[in-house]
Amino acid sequence: MKTTQILIAGFGGQGILFAGKFLAYKGLLEDKQVSWLPSYGPEMRGGTANCNVILSETPVGSPIITDPDVLVAMNLPSLEKYIDTVVPGGQVYLDSSLINTQIKRTDVQVFSIPATAMAKERDMASLANMIIMGHLLQNHPELTFEGTAETVQKLVPAKKAALVELNMNALMLGKEYKQ
Amino acid sequence: MAERVLMKGNEAIAEAAIRAGCRHYFGYPITPQTEIAAYMAKKMPKIGGVFLQAESEIASINMVYGAAAAGMRVMTSSSSPGISLKAEGLSYIAGSDVPALVVNVQRGGPGLGGIQPSQSDYFQATKGGGHGDYRMIVLAPASVQEMANLTIKGFNLADKYLMTSMILADGTIGQMMEPISFEDAQIETYEKPWALTGTDCKRKHNVVNSLYLQPDQLEKKNFERFERYRQVEENEAMWEEYMMEDAEICVVAFGIASRVAKNAIVAARKEGIKVGLIRPITLWPFPKKPLAAAAEKVNSFISVELSMGQMIEDVRLATQCKKPVSLCNRCGGMIPSPDEVLETIRNAQKGV
Repeated sequence: MKTTQILIAGFGGQGILFAGKFLAYKGLLEDKQVSWLPSYGPEMRGGTANCNVILSETPVGSPIITDPDVLVAMNLPSLEKYIDTVVPGGQVYLDSSLINTQIKRTDVQVFSIPATAMAKERDMASLANMIIMGHLLQNHPELTFEGTAETVQKLVPAKKAALVELNMNALMLGKEYKQ
Repeated sequence: MAERVLMKGNEAIAEAAIRAGCRHYFGYPITPQTEIAAYMAKKMPKIGGVFLQAESEIASINMVYGAAAAGMRVMTSSSSPGISLKAEGLSYIAGSDVPALVVNVQRGGPGLGGIQPSQSDYFQATKGGGHGDYRMIVLAPASVQEMANLTIKGFNLADKYLMTSMILADGTIGQMMEPISFEDAQIETYEKPWALTGTDCKRKHNVVNSLYLQPDQLEKKNFERFERYRQVEENEAMWEEYMMEDAEICVVAFGIASRVAKNAIVAARKEGIKVGLIRPITLWPFPKKPLAAAAEKVNSFISVELSMGQMIEDVRLATQCKKPVSLCNRCGGMIPSPDEVLETIRNAQKGV
């Protein structure tokens, strides 16, 4: 793995920043160089959120992603805003419960996961983000599913330990989802 | 290997300050640096320190002045418009020769401006801001690790030279998370015989003051102060050189701009363009020596800034205008893309 630039975007409240933190912590535990840059200010207050995560074997230059290798789009405005910036050969993960559109680009690999519907079915509505993360780790050639439990434990505060299992369940759902 | 933790740049400043022995924080919230105040509010009461949200920026800088006069390691933090409000206090602190740490996580200006990242307080930080002849040590972190390291360094230098150290960061470095370690923290402590700590009737009382009505006395004070500043200029300039060995073009950039510039330099090198970077880590004292040396071997300079072009003046001064200096900039909260910097490098290569 050289450098993977991951852009996660969606509505505020969908756990965009948390999903990004999960990837960043995972990279940290794997001794990678990582950066995590959130959108802040009017964007956040206006309802859309995005997060730039870079995982690399070498020191991270700019933490700002202009051409993502991976786009995770959790709503339609985010998909429309960023789809053209994905590098050719890159990957696009989208929540197909919330995005009902055909992607015209043929030079990117598209993974559609009805994450919000899957999460609702299992009464874990706020974990669509982690379902997509599970699917991403399973399908990206340079990321792995290993070490996710340790990462989630790092990320969830001790007071909320019950959430570790829920997050792990969501990740496993995404991992096992077949396109 | 040292344990690495993920932290936001703003949190790294707060944690580093506490580790450096700072137990007094006075501030007033403003985006994009509020995490510093939030971290202090959470931690200070647990370690016997003081966190105080003042009624205004002006109040908070004067509380810093007071605690500094009492010999405490003390800090405040704000963002651009808030720093303007603190300018009077900064001048009084300088005029009283007491040490303090002030953080400016810059946002777009002038006026109330915006809340996205900027570097347009360069002039304010390096040339004054407040009135009178004075300087601040201005440190420009380009990573979360440097947010921590330079905070500690800033306290050390402030105590050593009896002046204000300013951390001049920006919204990006403040908000982003990167792994950091505190293992190599070098914390220095200094005796403060001048501090107002109470005499116990055992010594003559100390005076901390910036009022000198006799012009000859005030001049003498200024001369003494500038002798210290001269030592700072001689001993404390810090910078990083990146791919400068064979460079024909020298990019000069600090903070977030330097990280964008590194991406562009890597891309330009792939096109066979010999380009390197000098990254000032101290903006005052400005690293004149490496720039003067570079002026003897490169063909041109490019200043990359998140402003209308402020540092570029110091680049021209340091290189004595021996080689052309062009500007690659965005402002108002916009950040130049690596492609924009690359295009400027290509133009410099063509001599445009």
